Amino acid sequence: MDAEYIVEVQGLAAGYAGQAVLHDINFRVRCGEIFMILGGSGSGKSTLLKNMIGLYPAMSGEVFIGGDDIVGARGAMREQILRKFGVMYQGGALFGSMSLEGNVGLPLEEWTHLPAEARALVARVKLQQVGLGGFAEYLPSEISGGMQKRAAVARAMALDPALLFLDEPSSGLDPVTSAELDELIRSLSRNLGITFVIASHELSSIFAIGDRVIMLDGGEIVAEGDPKELRDRPTNDYVRAFFHHGKERPAA
Amino acid sequence: MMADRAAQPVLRVESGENGIVLHLSGRLDDGTVAACWDEALGAVAAARDVRVECAGVDYCGGAGLALFVALEEAAARHGAHMRVEGLAARFRELYDGIEREKLRAVSGPERGHGGWVGDVGYVAAERAGDWRAETEFVGEVGAGLVSLARHPRGLRVREWWKIVEKAGSNALPIVGLVSFLTGVIIAFQAAMPMRQFGVDIFVVNLVALAITRELGPIMTAIVLAGRTGSAFAAEIGTMKVNEEVAALTTMGLNPVRFLAVPRVLAGIAVTPLLTIYSMAAGIAGGLVVLMLIDFPLATLMNQLSGALEFQDIAAGLIKSFFFGAVVAGVGCLRGLRTGAGPAAVGDSTTRSVVTSIFLIVVLDAIFAVVYYNIDF
Repeated sequence: MDAEYIVEVQGLAAGYAGQAVLHDINFRVRCGEIFMILGGSGSGKSTLLKNMIGLYPAMSGEVFIGGDDIVGARGAMREQILRKFGVMYQGGALFGSMSLEGNVGLPLEEWTHLPAEARALVARVKLQQVGLGGFAEYLPSEISGGMQKRAAVARAMALDPALLFLDEPSSGLDPVTSAELDELIRSLSRNLGITFVIASHELSSIFAIGDRVIMLDGGEIVAEGDPKELRDRPTNDYVRAFFHHGKERPAA
Repeated sequence: MMADRAAQPVLRVESGENGIVLHLSGRLDDGTVAACWDEALGAVAAARDVRVECAGVDYCGGAGLALFVALEEAAARHGAHMRVEGLAARFRELYDGIEREKLRAVSGPERGHGGWVGDVGYVAAERAGDWRAETEFVGEVGAGLVSLARHPRGLRVREWWKIVEKAGSNALPIVGLVSFLTGVIIAFQAAMPMRQFGVDIFVVNLVALAITRELGPIMTAIVLAGRTGSAFAAEIGTMKVNEEVAALTTMGLNPVRFLAVPRVLAGIAVTPLLTIYSMAAGIAGGLVVLMLIDFPLATLMNQLSGALEFQDIAAGLIKSFFFGAVVAGVGCLRGLRTGAGPAAVGDSTTRSVVTSIFLIVVLDAIFAVVYYNIDF
């Protein structure tokens, strides 16, 4: 594994039904940083994320996760790469028929040799780490949207990955809950050294937690760097419009 | 045991006079913790004083913390003292943050209805509510059909036509195959014993009557229940789960009129047509078998025209109108009554097929009695 970079995307082109949505995407994610993929609705954030986690087959290019290319990987190799990271989907994607403990415990049950009572305890500790102590017995439908997202983070962390992908963690959340989630991401990054790759368009979270960002527009990376710096010294019109709600565009 | 320990480099147990020291080192994640869980807890079981030395730990995830908690609890069970030392500050913060009382508290939400007596009452009340909703639904669909008959322009023809295509013409292959083979099977099974008595030409009568009066309508209806009724339930059920049905309601559109009425109308229109087709395919299947056992086609056709009366076909067709209405109606009703969550759509689909088939058989029995009594 490359010591400095945990994710490397090289020349990635991706899309649906032969129609490319992303063209020639290149970037790298450092170990331990909170890396954010920004862009407006329809800019290809989710597409990029889903290609990085191997959910969609890339049209061309490579995505190295911890040194292994997920695009070309098949079978056992692919499974091994998939277990290196956790994913939180936009809607949480918790299994509705299982309690939160069951949701977090499922990957543990499948992939580790923890005895049953140890598994329950580990699941509960992980739920507590995301602030859901005491909710282990609840079904996903019995808790709020913000709690579901945190439970989804706990499930993504179940196998102690060094890398977590989050798709729009703050979508559909109120500012307070969203800030709590940001705080959770910060503390997991600080205490456990987890690397985060987050697709987001929520300005407050971008400045609160983003170490480094790339911005997508029209299927290409239009800016890359520190979010505050990009805000203060926008490199192009799209970046300016994104960070300043389009207000400070050059007078027309 | 030594070999075991060599395979588990994370844990080393050191026993002293005053108790034991557990030296943990390396990465404490799910995998490594799982490997040393039993050994660590076993070592603590009898010790009076437990010290967990963590200076060598460079990662401590939830599993490591869970191990500490389990050790604490195991030690406390026989009055021993346990402490964790040398843990890096960032992991210490996580460890100190654990709220033990919440960890073990079984605080699930209230779900029970008070034992089986309560369950029986609950289910009974639910069934009663179902009957009410079903009656309402039948009334609403009926009213919708009547108003559609008065104002035919109220039908959204393009969408209705798509439903007809999916439920009707797309079902032709499977209905044809099932009916044809049914005819083949009946003819084949009947021909052998009847030939012994020299009456095998009457197999034509048998197949013709069985197919037109009973099997054609029933096979068609059952295929439709599995194919179309379930599709209606799944489609409307998914709309319900996605709040599309709620969106219709808040637009002031009645979901029953908007979703169910066109589908029931499509069911009523399509089922008799499919049934005629099914009758033809079934009889053809029978005739093919008889031709294979050396009856000329002309003989068979002659026998058929004597065996089959218009009344027989009408008896089957009248049923099929009702079957179509029942299959489409049950599918839509089950869809509209879908609960919350992804499993709910599956439940509605299952219930729509089960209820449809049940009602088809019951209706058929009623028709048999009625036809017998009016000598039809």
